[in-house]
Amino acid sequence: MALVTYRQALRDTLRAEMLRDENVFLMGEEIGLFEGSYKITEGLLKEFGPRRVRDTPIAEEGFVGAAIGAAMLGLRPVVEIMTINFSLLALDQIVNHAAKIYGMFGGQCSVPMVIRTPGGGGQQLGATHSQNVELFYSFIPGLKVVAPSTPAEASAMLKAAIRDDDPVLFLENLALYNTKGELPAGTSSDAGAAVAGGSGGSSTQMLIDSIEPAEIGRAAVTRPGTDITIIGYSRMAQVAAEVAETLAGEGISAEVVDLRSLRPLDRETIVESVRRTGCAVVAEDDWLTYGIGAEIAATIQEGAFDWLDAPVRRVAMAEVPLPYAKPLELAALPSADSLLTAVRATLRSTGRLAALETTRS
Amino acid sequence: MTEILMPRLSDTMEEGVISSWQKKPGDPVAVGDVLVDIETDKAVMEYEAYEAGVLGEILVGEGETAAIGAPIAIVLPAGSEVPAQAAARPEEQSAGQAKEEVAVAAPAPAASAPSDPAPAPASGPAAPAPAPLNGTPRGTRPPSSPLARRLARDHGIDLATLTGTGPGGRIVRADIEAAVRAGGAAAPPQAQPAQPQPAQAAEPKAAPAAPAQAAGVDDADVERVPLNRFRKVAARRLTESKRNAPHFYLTREVDAEELLAFRATLNKALDPAKVSVNDLIVKACATALREHPAVNVSFTEDELLVHKRVNVGVAVAVEDGLLVPVIRDADRKSVSQIGAETRELAGKARAGRLSAQEMSGGTFSVSNLGMYGIASFSAVINPPEAAILAVGAVRDEPVVRDGQVVPGKRLSVTLSVDHRACDGATGAAFLARLAELLERPLLIVA
Repeated sequence: MALVTYRQALRDTLRAEMLRDENVFLMGEEIGLFEGSYKITEGLLKEFGPRRVRDTPIAEEGFVGAAIGAAMLGLRPVVEIMTINFSLLALDQIVNHAAKIYGMFGGQCSVPMVIRTPGGGGQQLGATHSQNVELFYSFIPGLKVVAPSTPAEASAMLKAAIRDDDPVLFLENLALYNTKGELPAGTSSDAGAAVAGGSGGSSTQMLIDSIEPAEIGRAAVTRPGTDITIIGYSRMAQVAAEVAETLAGEGISAEVVDLRSLRPLDRETIVESVRRTGCAVVAEDDWLTYGIGAEIAATIQEGAFDWLDAPVRRVAMAEVPLPYAKPLELAALPSADSLLTAVRATLRSTGRLAALETTRS
Repeated sequence: MTEILMPRLSDTMEEGVISSWQKKPGDPVAVGDVLVDIETDKAVMEYEAYEAGVLGEILVGEGETAAIGAPIAIVLPAGSEVPAQAAARPEEQSAGQAKEEVAVAAPAPAASAPSDPAPAPASGPAAPAPAPLNGTPRGTRPPSSPLARRLARDHGIDLATLTGTGPGGRIVRADIEAAVRAGGAAAPPQAQPAQPQPAQAAEPKAAPAAPAQAAGVDDADVERVPLNRFRKVAARRLTESKRNAPHFYLTREVDAEELLAFRATLNKALDPAKVSVNDLIVKACATALREHPAVNVSFTEDELLVHKRVNVGVAVAVEDGLLVPVIRDADRKSVSQIGAETRELAGKARAGRLSAQEMSGGTFSVSNLGMYGIASFSAVINPPEAAILAVGAVRDEPVVRDGQVVPGKRLSVTLSVDHRACDGATGAAFLARLAELLERPLLIVA
């Protein structure tokens, strides 16, 4: 087992995939010479050259469109959009072209591309650079949207996304880049593994090489529990894990479901968990109204109505453009504290918290 | 403001289930408008408004049960505004859901120190448990979580007997479990997904284990089908009948040759209308009852009720049980009238649209299993009647006529009689006359 950052896992996975398949290439703003705004593409221009690591102008619609064309002709572009806020400039290309071409033209041509982009507030970047608008893409049939929360998952999912024949929006999160996680020790059967230790290789490259691609469209119960289900994805899956740990110290057994994939949505895992626990709180990093959590809550009431002991609560961002001032920004973002409050309120309404408090006092 | 109460729609009804609301909160209501369809132990019936106004709030949702006299809705004076929160659920939602409060999130995080369990901030709605409009009238269904309702069903616990400890008095799983521990379970729990409980070791009251499971409860070879209301009521009444009414049985073989010939003649004359053998039997029973009033009676603990009218019930098999619509004054109706009425009522019975009125007031019943090839059988008396006639199939059999064995048509009829109401000779005399009418069918219409 080795600890690796989310950033390093992404970078090593991109490298492994480029070594594995020469049709995989990278495009994006500042990813070459500058090695990426968030240093995900560190060393890759040096290793693979400008043909496969292409710096683009500041023109999202243009380079996303170019990537769609490249994908239609058989390449596998991995586009980095500096943050998800800027993907809005390419919305028409993503929604009306990438997502539609396969279906509109009767399956004659697929669009095997990946758009990697980080969302997330909390970095004092202001309202226009701090949004989480993955909902816009999760809403569109024809796209796949994945949102890994750990380094190991990020690697497994990036591999799956690159190898998938549909356009995949790969959602990262600014607050996750420096988080560390274990990589499973494995034996590699990957072709790219043979080249590990080359000029761009890192100490973790071997482990990254041996990670199996994830199955897109599967949520995971990342922590089993019996009292309540907490559902999150990306950063909020991590917050949920932290909250579950805190609750465990209070004798509350919370189950954590990490969605991992927003489209396709794994309704089965969500419903099965709530049928076990009888209540749920959804932690989302976007706004409440019409947000991802609304879809999860609807899914729960449809699939687990007779198992619900309390209404499903959602914890989300305050419904304001995210303030720049640090205290205000912190107050507006959903946090471990706000999630704890919602979980406790839900448990209280089912009488289980009182039972526990009686037990402890 | 007027409360609409669960009406008594049949003699045997104790509670009703809201089948579907025909009006939603905010709808104007005129006198005579159908407000709601109510399922009783016997049928689904329309319930009309007796006064005009605006439907204010539905207190008992579709699929929910209420006792007779319990408020099921509130009608406000005409022109009243109905708050949005009382709006009905959209139709595409399945029935069987109570009006649940809207789940509201804590949209903004609590900006507080972790140690301070602050409530959700005021920037968004908190999670309310809104009191129902005008408070909860006594006798309505208490609020309960879906899980609690399911567990209550599994354990045979009546929610009305519980006090909810959840928000706004909502009955939650913990309340059901407490009731089970307190011995409130009328039935062993069904197998459920494992839902371990928080440790109760330190609880002052020791929690005894759930009641032992009855054998076969978890048998994979057994499917558990919940009883519908028809089955439950039929089971209760049939048990009552067999336990309380000492049955005795009188069987007669009837020569049905003339009866069949007469029916053929009638049908030729009535074409395209048709009468069945059963229509003739019903008419014959009615005629015989008119002549033998001692059989047209009901036994009660204190007196014998002698019915002046002859109302014959006809047993109709429906998908989920047995219904007995009643042909009123059958002795005064023509055979074809009886036939038309029977077919109409049987159709209604199968569609579940029989009214209580159409099923009450019988003084005698006929049950015919001839179409199934049953030669003869004994029926269970339909209380509070004194007798029931069980009719078998018409059979081709050799008969002795004028000292010769010839091919004949035979029909076996069995009279079940409540010995408290009639004696053997009374029943036998009635049956003798009935047999005579059937063998000389012109007398039926004479």
